[in-house]
Order: sequence, then structure tokens, then C-alpha cells
Amino acid sequence: MMKIIEGSHAVAEAVKLCRPQVVSAYPITPQTHIVEALASMVADCELDADYICVESEFSALSGCVGASAAGSRTYSATTSQGLALMFEVCFNAAGMRLPIVMTIANRSLGAPLSIWNDQQDSISLRDSGWLQYYAEDIQEVSDLHFITYRVAEDHGVLLPAFVCFDGFILTHTYEPVDMPTQEEVDAYLPPFTPYQRLDAKDPISMGMYATPDYYMEFRYEVDRAMQRARGVYTDAARAFAEQFGRDYTSPVEGYRLEDADTALVAMGSICGTVKDAVDEMRADGKRVGLLKIRSYRPFPVEEVAAALGGVSTVAVLDKNISLGSKGAVALEVKDALYGSGIPVLDYIVALGGRDIRKKDIAQIVTLAEAGKGDMFYGLRTEVL
Amino acid sequence: MADKSLELFDAGHRACGGCGPALAGRLILKGSGENTIVVASTGCMEVFSTPYPETAWKVPWIHSLFENAAAVASGVESSLKMQGRDEHVICICGDGATFDIGMLCISGAFERGHDITYICYDNEAYMNTGIQRSGATPYDADTTTSPAGKCSTGNARPKKDLPAILAAHGAPYVATTSIAYPNDVIRKVERAVNTEGPCYIQIHTPCCTGWGFDGAKTIDIGKLAIDTGLWVNFEMVDGQIEKAKKIVNRKPVEEYLSVQKRFRHLFRPEKNVDEIAKIQAIADRNAEKYGIDVTVKK
Repeated sequence: MMKIIEGSHAVAEAVKLCRPQVVSAYPITPQTHIVEALASMVADCELDADYICVESEFSALSGCVGASAAGSRTYSATTSQGLALMFEVCFNAAGMRLPIVMTIANRSLGAPLSIWNDQQDSISLRDSGWLQYYAEDIQEVSDLHFITYRVAEDHGVLLPAFVCFDGFILTHTYEPVDMPTQEEVDAYLPPFTPYQRLDAKDPISMGMYATPDYYMEFRYEVDRAMQRARGVYTDAARAFAEQFGRDYTSPVEGYRLEDADTALVAMGSICGTVKDAVDEMRADGKRVGLLKIRSYRPFPVEEVAAALGGVSTVAVLDKNISLGSKGAVALEVKDALYGSGIPVLDYIVALGGRDIRKKDIAQIVTLAEAGKGDMFYGLRTEVL
Repeated sequence: MADKSLELFDAGHRACGGCGPALAGRLILKGSGENTIVVASTGCMEVFSTPYPETAWKVPWIHSLFENAAAVASGVESSLKMQGRDEHVICICGDGATFDIGMLCISGAFERGHDITYICYDNEAYMNTGIQRSGATPYDADTTTSPAGKCSTGNARPKKDLPAILAAHGAPYVATTSIAYPNDVIRKVERAVNTEGPCYIQIHTPCCTGWGFDGAKTIDIGKLAIDTGLWVNFEMVDGQIEKAKKIVNRKPVEEYLSVQKRFRHLFRPEKNVDEIAKIQAIADRNAEKYGIDVTVKK
């Protein structure tokens, strides 16, 4: 059913439809509206879940670890400093192969303190073993929750997952969203069947310590699961497309790329702005396109290489920076295009909530076509 | 009632000979029984009982991190509740995981009132990493991070009163016990797991390696701690002391201190009378606070 709904509330509605049994969460701007809405749903008996009102994000995710290990579908949401506080638990949840789903309302990390959007938080957890999906708009972020639970809980995957969307830009924006019914979601997403769980009738030990004789094999298994998640995602998204008519089957999405000379690459809500900018540049006769990355982990190396194989210049818009190196997305794109000879130029944009507009995108294309890149775009040099 | 004959903490683990915590693990499970899920913290017991692919645990067991057992247990309990299951959820954690790094998670879990039993095996230092001080380390103990030296008599602060802190959270049942009294451990664990709400048990578990005594003497050392009043076995119900183990003719603390290397600096090169008097005062205050002294008329 179509309704005009705030981004955070759409996420909460979607999560409710996924029937999590345990929600363990702590409020933090700009994620707050999600957990407030879920708490209300539990209070009104609209959602049959236990809401653990924890004292910190560290305990929020730790609670999910316990709940998931004991056999329940679990959910949390966080952002920025909250995700940073969960750092240790993130690695732990992935190593124990617990399919927790967590929404990330992307936000910058301090210092200086900033509540506004960039994608530094989730990007900083890129090596933790969590699947990472990024949404462009509110419809997509809602739908990705249904798909993500299916992928995470698949017995060939069993990995935790982030569903990421841009803080404020999407969390606090109203858009028309087609929200499925409970019956439809039930038909798509079966109840959680744990591969194994803590059970007094069938005791197992979880999270033991491993000597050098075994540790490396555990990491290998997490990596294999991440690799298998590619195919499982495609199947889950295809099934979603068949049932709901919205197609997220590819881990990347090309926009007017077919005959493009210059390709922009981006993740998240900025893709909407880029699409409009591409349309305007196309009207001016510039052959420009966009490649949107939906799955950052696992990174769709083959799809990126195939989509960008025909362009002459690639300009990556990174709302993060791996300090001392480059933007995290650019590094991945360079890897995907290694040996192709196609130049990949990196632009660090919109950190800490700085606005980026269509004219900025056009300016970046001009810079890229002149071979000027690998820069912080829009720096206010007068305050440096 | 749990079947006390069951050995749910299996033989063959890798603890030191004479390990107090290993005995605690065995006794705890006799008290809680088969229908138990154990949540552990990083620490000695986790390391000596679960080197992959081996495990000493015959009940379901999970270790996540050093500091989050109480939060993980909150999630386990919540999950069981939603599934309509009734296993006992117990945390078994060392004093570092409890007194220090885990306090945030423990406080949260107790304030929220989860139906869990949190058990601290208190060997009074970080033994797993090589005998560093914790908030449970007693006054004047020599550890590698509170070393006795020319300008130091060892750990400068007395033991943190964790039972009181957790009782102040509204815990319905808080108890201390010692592996020197096995039946007391079993009885208190059984009582805690059958009490609704967050319960806390602190078990005195002498550590032969960290404290410096012969591993054959673990029980004797445990008894001496109680006989001197430096450790008191008590039960608190709804914040009130219900019962404390009485001591007939309490012994001077010197008898306990002098048989452990961690207090050796108090006796050589000459006896440090002032410091021993301070420790005696701690024992005397304990005796008064808990009313444990029994004088037998001659």
C-alpha cells in the first residue's frame, strides 16, 4: 500500500513486517526515530517482540548476539559513535556467524562532533565480516530489509548485515513508499531457522578460543560465506522482484551508462542527485552516466568491471576517507578495473553533512575529464 | 532440584593443578543443573575450558567478549522468553570481567531486571594475562601492575564492594561463597537460579599460581580467608543481610597473609607491622559489619 512516510518510520514498519523476536537498541541521532517507532509498536502489541532497553550501543549489539545465539531473529539500529562503540561486538557477531540485521543511519564520526551525514561509520566497519547494503531512497531502504534478512539467515551465509541509508537526508525525509502487507512479507520471508542454537537439550559451545592451528580457518570460512552471499543475494532479490515488482537483483545499478564516456560511481542518497545531474548533462550533449553501488560487502567486483569496462574516465564520489589513502569506494573500483587502463579519479565529497548539488556533480565531471582528481571536493580553503 | 551427582563441567580441561576457579565451575553446574545456558567472559576459565575444538562444558555455553557477558545473557534470556523456554541463564565471569571492564553491562542488565544469575569467580586479579591487579584485588597484594617495591606495599586500595553495588540495583538475591565450602556454593547457586530476577553470587576462588601457594592447599587457603574475616560468606535478600557464616575464635590475618607469596613483602626483610595492622582492621570491620564473631566461653 502506498503511503507518505518518514524514512525512519518506513524502516521501522519494514522491520516490524520481518517479525524480529528481539529488538535490542539504544537511541542516537539520527537513528532515534527508528527505535522509538519500534518501541511504540511493542508497547501497542503491534509487534510481538521483546524490546531490550539497553544502556549503550555496546550492550545493544551484545544483546543481539545473545538473542541470535539462542535462536531468535534479532534487530538493532545505530549510527556513527554508536557503531564505533559496537566495534568489538561487530567482529564477534560475524565470527560467531550470527545473522543479526542492523540498520545504519549513516553519520560522520567525531571529533569534531557532527551529527550530520556521511558514510564514514559503516565504511569503517568494512573488514568486520558484516554484509553492507546501501539504499538510495526510502522505498529501497525499506525493501532491502526483507531481502537482507533472507540473505543473512541463509544457511549458506549466516552473516550479520548492515542496511545503510543516509542520516537526515533519508531518515528524516518523507517519501511515498509502497509498504507490503504482513501476509506478503510472510510469504517472502520464512521464520528464522537457526543453523544451531544454545539449547540445554542439545548443548554446544560457541565463541571458544582458537589457537593458531585453527583461527585462520575461521576467517577463511567467514570470507567464503561472504563470497556465497553474492549468489544468495541475487536469488533473494530476484524472488523479491517477482513477488513485489521492484528489482534490486543486481548489486550495482547503472544509469545511462550504455554509451557513457565518463562514469560517476556513488553509494546512497547522493545517487538521486547524480541521476538528475546526469540528465542535465546529457541534455547538454555530455555522455555521462552513473554506477550506483548497492552492495559494498561483498563488493561486486565483476559487475563493476563489466559496467565500467566501456568508459574512458571514472569519477568516484566518496562520502568517506581512508585517511592517508583514498576514499574506500574508489579503492574498490580501482581494484575492479585493475589492468583496464581506465583512469579512476577519487573525489571526497559531502563529509559531515556538507551539501552537494547538481552543479557540484557537473563540476566534478569537468575536473575528471581534465584528469584532475584525488581531492577533497568543495574544501573551504579560506578556513584552513 | 538439580541432580548433584551430574558432572556437567568435564574433566580433562587445562586448568592449573589446584585451580580454585575450575572447582567453582564444577560446583556452579551442580547447583544450576542440566537445564542451564552458560554465558562466559574472556578469562582464565574460558581459556582453560574451551580451546577449539575441545570443550569442558556439557551444557550450552557461549563466550562473546571480555566485558559483555551480562548483555549477552540479557539477549539470551529475552530470546528464551520469546520462545517460551525455561532454561536457567547464568553468567560465569572472572573478577576483571565483573569488577572492572564489565560493570556497564552488568549494571544495565541488573537495572533492567533480567532473570539471570551472574556469578563472579573471584581470584582477585587478572590471572589469565599474568597476575595484574583488578578492582577485586585486596589491599597490599603484590601483582604485576601493583608491585610491592621500595616506595610501595602493593595494591594501594581495598577491594571494591561489588555485592553492595549490585544489591543497590535492587537485586533480589546477592550472595558470597567460597570453594572451600562446596555445599555452600551448590546451595547458593541453586537458590539464585530459582529466584526470579537478576541475582549475583561472588565465589572466592584462591589461585595457587597468582597468589603463590602450593596447589594442594587451595581449600586450606580458602578456609583461612574466612577464618580470618578477610572473606565473609553471606546472603542478602532484597538488600538486607539474611545470613553470614559465623566464625568461632577468628584467627589473626597474619595466618592467611604469611602463607601467600603475594603478601610476602609484608614479612621480609622484616615484618611490616603497620600494614598488617591495616589489613587486620579490614577484617575487623568485616566481622563487625556482618556480625560473624562467635566467642566461645572457656
